[in-house]
Amino acid sequence: MKIRLNIGAISEPLQSEQFKTGDWGTEWSFVDREKCTACRVCEQFCPDGCIEVKEIEGKEVAVVDHNYCKGCGVCASVCRYGAIKMELKELFKVDVC
Amino acid sequence: MKKVVRGFYSVAYAVKLCKPNIICAYPITPQTEIVENLALMYANGELENCKYITAESEFAAASILVGASAAGARTFTATCSQGLILMSEVLFNAAGMRLPIVIVNTNRALSAPLSIWNDLQDSMALRDAGIIQVYVENNQEAHDMVPQAYKIAEDKRVRLPFMICMDGYKLTHAYEPVDLLDQNVVDSFLPPYSPEVYLTTKKPVAFGCYAPPHIYMEFRVAMQRAMERAKEIMEKVFADWAEVSGRNWGGHLEVVYPDSKNFVIAMGSIVGLLRKVVEELRNEGISVGLVKLRTFRPFPVQELRKSLENAEKIIVIDRSVSFGYEGNLSIELKSALYGMSPEVISFILGLGGRDVPKDFLKELVKNAILGKEKSGFKGFKEFEEVIP
Ligand code: SF4
Ligand code: SF4
Repeated sequence: MKIRLNIGAISEPLQSEQFKTGDWGTEWSFVDREKCTACRVCEQFCPDGCIEVKEIEGKEVAVVDHNYCKGCGVCASVCRYGAIKMELKELFKVDVC
Repeated sequence: MKKVVRGFYSVAYAVKLCKPNIICAYPITPQTEIVENLALMYANGELENCKYITAESEFAAASILVGASAAGARTFTATCSQGLILMSEVLFNAAGMRLPIVIVNTNRALSAPLSIWNDLQDSMALRDAGIIQVYVENNQEAHDMVPQAYKIAEDKRVRLPFMICMDGYKLTHAYEPVDLLDQNVVDSFLPPYSPEVYLTTKKPVAFGCYAPPHIYMEFRVAMQRAMERAKEIMEKVFADWAEVSGRNWGGHLEVVYPDSKNFVIAMGSIVGLLRKVVEELRNEGISVGLVKLRTFRPFPVQELRKSLENAEKIIVIDRSVSFGYEGNLSIELKSALYGMSPEVISFILGLGGRDVPKDFLKELVKNAILGKEKSGFKGFKEFEEVIP
């Protein structure tokens, strides 16, 4: 079957949702819900818009969407409360000789 | 209406008749007076439904035109040399986004050393961008090419940027009689530009989006196909133009004395000089014809093979070089003639505005035909390399 190609790579809105960029990086960000103050700084700085402050179990905290997190580490470096840690993905925990 | 005008004006006037919506440029010699003329027309209110935008660099000018063209505007810019290569990042994008921006490039040498004079090195650097390139011989042809450029570039089956290449100074600053077109002639030939998809808040889209490996290649194949289609569409537009204007510039090539044994091939204003050279050599009993190559991209391979099928010797006049290899036109021509066996002699001359007198050119061509002149740079002074 022939695919349909939009000439000029013209794209309609929200197509980027289909591009799950979560497998790009070697690390992911994780939020420590105890330390998080819901200040939303990370939300502003995440270049992929994939960290969002939401209410979880009655507390507002930052939540990372690992479907899209590229592991750039920006959120971890801007969080003034040390609430975000970058962790190596299981896949990359290998011994290199 | 025939008038004696400079190359700048012949282009600017034709652009005006094509009713552009956005003109955006940054000044660079020897292009500046094209956009100066347009700016004057704009200031005098002669350009309806048009905005003239001054940019802070050629990079910005090209970027503004990408946005404007994507928003459905008919766009124009002129540049050359460092300006063109500063635009190049944007222009490669414009081609990929399939935007029919029309550019007049007033061919000028590239730095370093700094030179404001003429050769073809600048447009050659953009050879692989996906931009249609046509080289003109005189100011009437430059004038006539403008409406044709819009018609071809904006054709739904093409949708690629179009670069008209005219020699800096030799054409831009030259006074020549030019039959300036009538508005109604241009109007009957060139319909308004109205793309189906364009940037609008009513139906938002993005141009030139991200394409991962599973889909990128298809877009490039589509560009190649558009170039191939352009080859045919251009022939048709050239023929229509001959009808409408009464001036026939030929197809992708013009061949003078097609039954000759030897041929000279060149692009741009030097073709005018070669016409005279060929006449004189023929008067001396030498069988020599001339191929004027008008379209450089898409490269008219079949037309060249057909026109040169009985050629024994071909002399290529190049005014640019691919360092580490040879003259650019020579490279392209040899590749197009692969499997055929004419002798190809390639001369690189006239770089950075170096004068090419007629008798010098005539001697070169004559000696090449007589087997007394080898390929290479011609018309330079021998030197010793020193580190000061
Ligand atoms: S910057 Fe740190 S404290 Fe602020 S919302 Fe993000 S994770 Fe929570
Ligand atoms: S690591 Fe980068 S991509 Fe992932 S959530 Fe933090 S800022 Fe966003």
